[in-house]
Amino acid sequence: MAAPQIVMQARGLVKRYGQVTALDGADFELRAGEILAVIGDNGAGKSSLIKALSGATIPDEGEILLDGRPVHFRNPMEARREGIECCYQDLAVAPAMTIAENLFLGRELRREGVLGNLLRMLDKKKMLEIAVERMADLKVGIRSMTQAVETLSGGQRQCVAVARAAAFARHVVILDEPTAALGVKEGNMVLELIRRVRDKGLPVILISHNMPHVFEIADRIHVARLGRRAAVLNPKKISMSDTVAVMTGAMKPEDIPADCLA
Amino acid sequence: MSTVKDRLPPLSQLGPFIALAVACTVFGLTTDNFFTAANFSLILQQVMVVGVIAIGQTLIVLTAGIDLSCGMLMALGSIVMTKVAQDFGLPTPLAILLGIGATTLFGLLNGLLVTRIKLPPFIVTLGTMNVAFAITQLYSSAQTVTEVPEGMTWLGNTFELAGNPVAYGVVLMVALYLATWFWLRDTASGRHVYAVGNNPEATRLIGIPTDRVLLGVYVLAGLFYGIASLLSVARTGVGDPNGGQTENLDAITAVVLGGTSLFGGRGVVLGTLAGAIVVGVLRNGLTLMGVSSVYQVLITGILVIVAVTVDQLSRKGGR
Amino acid sequence: MKRLTAVCLATAALCVGMHAHAAEPVIGLITKTETNPFFVKMKEGAQAEAKKLGAKLMTASGKKDGDTAAQITAIENMVTAGAKTLLITSSGDAILPAVKKAQAKGVQVIALDSPFEGADALFATDNYKAGILIGQYAKAALGSKPAKIAMLDLFPGHPVGAQRHNGFMTGFGLKAHDAKSNELSATPETVCAGDTDGNQARGQTAMENCLQKNPDINVVYTINEPAVAGAYNALKKAGKDKGVIIVSVDGGCAGVADVGKGVIAATSQQYPLKMAAMGVAAGVEYAKGGKKASGYVDTGVTLIAKNAVAGVDSKDVQTGTDLCWGKK
Repeated sequence: MAAPQIVMQARGLVKRYGQVTALDGADFELRAGEILAVIGDNGAGKSSLIKALSGATIPDEGEILLDGRPVHFRNPMEARREGIECCYQDLAVAPAMTIAENLFLGRELRREGVLGNLLRMLDKKKMLEIAVERMADLKVGIRSMTQAVETLSGGQRQCVAVARAAAFARHVVILDEPTAALGVKEGNMVLELIRRVRDKGLPVILISHNMPHVFEIADRIHVARLGRRAAVLNPKKISMSDTVAVMTGAMKPEDIPADCLA
Repeated sequence: MSTVKDRLPPLSQLGPFIALAVACTVFGLTTDNFFTAANFSLILQQVMVVGVIAIGQTLIVLTAGIDLSCGMLMALGSIVMTKVAQDFGLPTPLAILLGIGATTLFGLLNGLLVTRIKLPPFIVTLGTMNVAFAITQLYSSAQTVTEVPEGMTWLGNTFELAGNPVAYGVVLMVALYLATWFWLRDTASGRHVYAVGNNPEATRLIGIPTDRVLLGVYVLAGLFYGIASLLSVARTGVGDPNGGQTENLDAITAVVLGGTSLFGGRGVVLGTLAGAIVVGVLRNGLTLMGVSSVYQVLITGILVIVAVTVDQLSRKGGR
Repeated sequence: MKRLTAVCLATAALCVGMHAHAAEPVIGLITKTETNPFFVKMKEGAQAEAKKLGAKLMTASGKKDGDTAAQITAIENMVTAGAKTLLITSSGDAILPAVKKAQAKGVQVIALDSPFEGADALFATDNYKAGILIGQYAKAALGSKPAKIAMLDLFPGHPVGAQRHNGFMTGFGLKAHDAKSNELSATPETVCAGDTDGNQARGQTAMENCLQKNPDINVVYTINEPAVAGAYNALKKAGKDKGVIIVSVDGGCAGVADVGKGVIAATSQQYPLKMAAMGVAAGVEYAKGGKKASGYVDTGVTLIAKNAVAGVDSKDVQTGTDLCWGKK
């Protein structure tokens, strides 16, 4: 069996906020073509881990490798330039602006020639075309890219946010609680979309509290506990209740049966 | 399938133009001299100072802020430019630059207090409003500056366009509105102003330099106030330390009437122009009708309430 | 012996100190604003008179016209600091409760320039008379031509604005409200009226609009001299500055200069210095003898005009300049 290709890796990440140690030597590994769920109790270090990987915070110690190369992100923009896209829990969209505008926020396209270079005029037509194309690619069923984001339902908005991350990611997509506060039908809509993203060849890091959803789409489960990685589990083998036990510390990592590990 | 209704701009944006049309129709029917080119040219000259101030105010309101110091900064600019020309005999262009520089500097101060010290714009500009007023009164010894070089007043002169008088200052105002409209609509930095006003947390997460956008908006507004102070000198022929007090509230009224939401992220700057003209039309038309000015204040107040209500209702409907 | 001397000296010093303290009347002057030359002159007049009569003067003002909050604070602070007389140019009726409280403590409160209810006395220009004088002048200067008058007022409801407006009309020979009214009268001759807030830019706008309504306006009444400067601008731009008779009230040095330039035909000059001096004198009187001032004292108004007209008494520009307030 060929060794799994590792897209992103972190070793010994440490992050302190004053007296609190959020990351205490955390490790991390993301393989190509997988959906990796990151779970953990509150304060386990999930958010800090994700922030370090997406460039939102700079770790005090440790290293991050992308495709085997060490990287140091000083801000989210740098991470994005390396092809890592993040979809945040509060969606980070401007509700009054259109879907197309939101897709390109911060990376707007300019027109060719004098209009673009001198007057810095935006190429709205092209941005709209690309938006339509990318969304169709991901089979997101929203009719018009020119409607304001605030006119969409909660699930649709989430899809837009996920699709924005997926449309521009070249390497890794990070999703923070993408199905939170969604009903059953809308939640499934988003899960479908996440699968399609993975199927396009983009590995996905998924943070979630929703165990059923995690078990439905994750290929592997990274359990964070006390600022470190407690274990990486195989959802096909381990039960949901045992997973929760590992998360809370009721079951120690050394007690996990070998075939439940991934 | 989008209907005609979907493709029309929202009511909050159409509102000021509708109000303008209604007001013009009413005044045109009830008076003799309202509907003449000369009268319209006059109204535009009367609103050109507030009009330009309101461009700056629009930018700030788009970021969900407000600037209570706009009129006072305009007065400060007009005193600075006329006094340095009178006291030091500086050449007119330099004097004008110093005046505009003074207002832009205050804009920078406003912006720094909002972005670095993180104070609410209402509080910050309430403070700078008083500081600017005091400096203006002290520097001018509360005396109007009457010796003003001709270079500062030519914007108040008119030229003939198809037989009708048009003031240069009005042309400048319209040009500034069009330039700002283009910038806000069709450039990345302009769109970022909307984004910051609509959801500053989002822009921060996305990596847009939110604080830099805000600072830029306040500095730019200060620049517009400086240009307005030149227009004020051009129109009245003096530097008036007591000027700007009516303009303060008129500019905010123009922005609200123009459909820009006080909550940020929504609005079209051309609407502000319509809003400013509505205020001028009301004042002019009611005087022509011989109606007491108290009614002008009443009607303007009602229009503002209607404008804010329409804005609120249209947002709720959208969700 | 030494100790006795020391005690005597100390007692004597204490007595002298107390006597001096008790003798010096404390008077507070609260103006509308600090910077308006009208009030600057008032303050100067008050300080000069206080020095002359040996009184202690405290001063305070609002930030701008209408800033009653600052005036209320000043009233309270001055009363606490021992002021027995307050001289106030009221920014609005919001100060009335504070005035009543001060009077309940035995403080004499005198209104300067602008009347307010409950004041012990009023030392002010007879604004109605000021209006009458310029109305008479305008009528005489106009002669037999039919009058088309533009009235550029302050804003609705202000007593001083109403008195000058109605006084002007009465002096001109038109039917108008009396001095007690706050309403602005109108007759067919007053073809246009506009509000200026006493401000130059608004004066210009109001005049422009009036000219649009009625291009044949030949008389312009203005509430004060900044408004008139704006009105003149508008007339000049319309090429009408020569044929129109413009009158105003104030008598500030800038305004008198404008009379000299022919911008204003005539202006009624007020005497803020006199108001303040009389106020201080009344304060000293009250502190000494416990007798309060009362009623209304006219501090005088003089018509200043470049060209005299028959039947109307006026003084020339030079006299006006000698008596004016503000920077010469």
